[in-house]
Amino acid sequence: MGFLSNRHLLGLAETPKEDMEMILQHASSFREVLDRPIKKVPTLQGKTIVNLFFEDSTRTRISFELAQKRLSADTVNFSAGSSSLKKGESFKDTAQNIEAMKIDCIVMRHPVPGAHIHLINYVNSVVVNAGDGTHEHPTQGLLDMMSLLEVKEKLDGLKVAIIGDITHSRVARSNIHGLVKMGVQVMLCGPPNLMPVNIEELGVTVNYDVDEVLEWADAVNVLRIQRERQGVSYVPSVREYRDLFGITRERVERLKKQITIMHPGPMNRGVEIDSDVADSENAIILDQVLNGVAIRMAVLYLLLGDQPEES
Amino acid sequence: MKGKALPKQFLIKNGDIIDPVKGERFIGSVLISSGRIEKVGKRISANGATVYDAGGKVVTHGFCDVHVHFREPGREDKETLATGAEAAIAGGFTQVCAMPNTEPPLDSPESIRFIVEKAADLPIKIHPIGAISVGQQGKELTELGAMAQEGAVAFSDDGIPVMDSGVMRRVLEYAGPLGMPVINHAEDLTLKLDGQMHEGSWSTRLGLAGIPDVSESIMVNRDLELASMTGGRLHVPHVSSAKSVEWIRGAKAGGLDITAEVTPHHLFFIDEDLHSFDTNYKVAPPIRTENDRQVLMTAVKDGTIDCIATDHAPHTVEEKEAPFDWAPCGMIGLESAFGAAWKVLSGLGMNLEEVIHCFTINPRLVMDFEEDLFSAGIEAELTILDPDEEWTFAEEHIHSKSRNTPFAGESLKGRIKATITGGKIFEL
Repeated sequence: MGFLSNRHLLGLAETPKEDMEMILQHASSFREVLDRPIKKVPTLQGKTIVNLFFEDSTRTRISFELAQKRLSADTVNFSAGSSSLKKGESFKDTAQNIEAMKIDCIVMRHPVPGAHIHLINYVNSVVVNAGDGTHEHPTQGLLDMMSLLEVKEKLDGLKVAIIGDITHSRVARSNIHGLVKMGVQVMLCGPPNLMPVNIEELGVTVNYDVDEVLEWADAVNVLRIQRERQGVSYVPSVREYRDLFGITRERVERLKKQITIMHPGPMNRGVEIDSDVADSENAIILDQVLNGVAIRMAVLYLLLGDQPEES
Repeated sequence: MKGKALPKQFLIKNGDIIDPVKGERFIGSVLISSGRIEKVGKRISANGATVYDAGGKVVTHGFCDVHVHFREPGREDKETLATGAEAAIAGGFTQVCAMPNTEPPLDSPESIRFIVEKAADLPIKIHPIGAISVGQQGKELTELGAMAQEGAVAFSDDGIPVMDSGVMRRVLEYAGPLGMPVINHAEDLTLKLDGQMHEGSWSTRLGLAGIPDVSESIMVNRDLELASMTGGRLHVPHVSSAKSVEWIRGAKAGGLDITAEVTPHHLFFIDEDLHSFDTNYKVAPPIRTENDRQVLMTAVKDGTIDCIATDHAPHTVEEKEAPFDWAPCGMIGLESAFGAAWKVLSGLGMNLEEVIHCFTINPRLVMDFEEDLFSAGIEAELTILDPDEEWTFAEEHIHSKSRNTPFAGESLKGRIKATITGGKIFEL
C-alpha cells in the first residue's frame, strides 16, 4: 500500500524530491477533478480517515475533509482544545482508542513539534501531519509549490522570499525544506528577533530589508504576524511592523516588475499585507486554498491508494 | 536487589586497588572486619576470612553522587529512597545527596529529619540537601541553620533557579560560615522562556523553542560574582555549556573557592540526538552541541569541573510519553553513570585514576564528607568494577523505579561488579 517512499507524511525535511514531484503531478490531475460538475472519485472508497485536531483550525481541517470526501473516504472529525488534552486522557490513549475502532489513516494537527513522530510510535495507521506546532506543515508547503507552478514555468531557479515570523512558522519550515530541494532560491525576511539561529544552514539567505527582498524575488510568501506570543513581546507595534516588513501597496507599486503574492492565511489585512495587494491580480492566495484540496487528495491517494489511479 | 551480609572477616584479594586519597594504584587486598576497613595493602593474610577474588577488577572507594532526585516524599510512584538506593548501588554509589524538590519540598528542619530518619536503615548514605527558599519560591530564606543541624549537607532550589540576585547573595552570605555549599540551578528563566532544547541549528530545524547557552552562563557568572563578593561556597551543578566552563575556569584561576559538576549525559549526548523528538533526551539544562560536549570533557580533564554527578531524575513512562513540550525534564542516570563517563573520558585520554577521582574523592571534597574511605576503622564503602568491559546498557540493568533514559541501547565501557555498603556486598 502506498506509492511514496515513506509510509507517512510527517514533514518535507524527510520527503525526497521524487515523492514531492509525484505528489505535485497527481495533484494537478486531482485539480481537474475539482472543476468537474461531479467532484468525486471512488479512489479511497472503504478507507476510513480520522481528522484529529488538537489545535483550532478552520481552513486546513475543511480542506482535508473535502479532499477525503472527494476521494469517497469515510471521515470522522475529532477536535479538542490542547488544554483539555494536556490535563485529561493521554495523547497516546486518545490515539490508540481511536485506532482501535479500525481506521486506516490519522490526519493530525497538534500544537507540539514532533507530536506526529510520537504518534507513529503508538499507532499502526498511516499518519499525515496537518501541522505540528512550529515544526512542519508539509501539505501547506506542497500546495505553495503547486500554486507557484501554476504561474511559473518551473521551480528550479525560481526566487522565493518568505516574510514574517520565521521562528514560529511551520509554514516557513516546510516551505524551506520543500523549495530548497526543488532548486528554488529562498530568501527570508522579518523581524530579527523572529529569525531562528543558524537558519542559513537550511540552504537559505536572510535579508532584513524588505524592499531589497521584494526587488530580488519572483514570488513572496507572506506570513501571518502576531505581536506577542505567550506574553512575550517581539514586534513593538503594528504600525512599525507594517512600516518595516509589511507588503504594502506602495512597496509593490514601486517595483518595476510583477511579483507573485502568496499568503497561507489567515491574513491580517493592513498589517503584514495590504488589502490592495492581497486582492490584486498578482495574488494567488485563493488559488492556494483550492490547490490545498488537490494536494491533500494527492497525498491521501498516494499514501492510502491500493492501485494506480486510472484517469 | 539482594545484598549479602559481610562475614565477620572479609578479604578482597588480587584487586587492582585505586586509592584516590594517597594517589596510589597497586595489586593488593582489602581486609574488612565486622563491616569496617581493617587494612588495605599489597599483602594481607587473614586466616579464616572469607575471600573474594577481585582478580582483574578495580577496587576503590564507593562512589559519591552529589546530585540525585529520589522523589520522596510526594512522588513515590517515580522513586523512593529505597529504590533510589538500589539504583545507586547498581551504579557503584554508596553515598548520594538528594535534592529537595520533592512534594512538599525539603524546606524545613522537619522535612530534613524525615529524610535522615527514613534513610537510616538503607544500605547507602542519603544526605538531604535543604531548599534555599521556602517552597522553592525564590523569595524567603528557609531555616538554613536548623536544617544544617538536622543533617542537610548543602542548600539548593534545584530544578528552579534562584532568579532574584538579592536572595542568592543572602543565602551565600548566610551559608558561608555554616560551611555549606550553595547550589543554584543556573538558568536565566527570562532567556529560557518556554524553551525545550538547546537553541541552535537543531532547535531551528525541529521547531522546538530554543534555550540559549547564555541563559546558563549569565547566571553562572552572576553566581560567581556573588560568591566572590560574599565568600560563600558556590557549587555549580550540571554545567552544560562551553561558555559556563570559561567563567568557572577564570574564577578558579583567580583563586575563588568554588566547585562544579557535570552529568554523564552532557558528556555523552549532543543536541542532534534530539532529532526524533525522544523526550528521554529532554533535560534541564539541555543537552548542547558537540563543541560544548568537547569543552565539558576538557574541563573534567583539566580540573575546572570537579566531579561527575548524575542529576538522576526519575519520571513515569506516561509523563515521558507526552508530546515533547509537555514532557518533564530529566533522565535517570545512576546505573549508567560510570560506564558512560569512563567511555567518553577514556576516549579523551584521561586515565582511570583521574576518572575515579571524579566519582570518589572530588565529590566528597565538594560536600566536605570524609574522603579517605581506606582509613582503618571506617565503615566499608567500596566499589569493585571492571574498567575494560564493554556492554550495552539495557532496561534490565535499571534498578530505579523509573525507566526514563536515552542510554538504553548505548554501548558503555566499564561495569560495576560489586558494591560494598551498609555492611553488605551487592554483587551485580
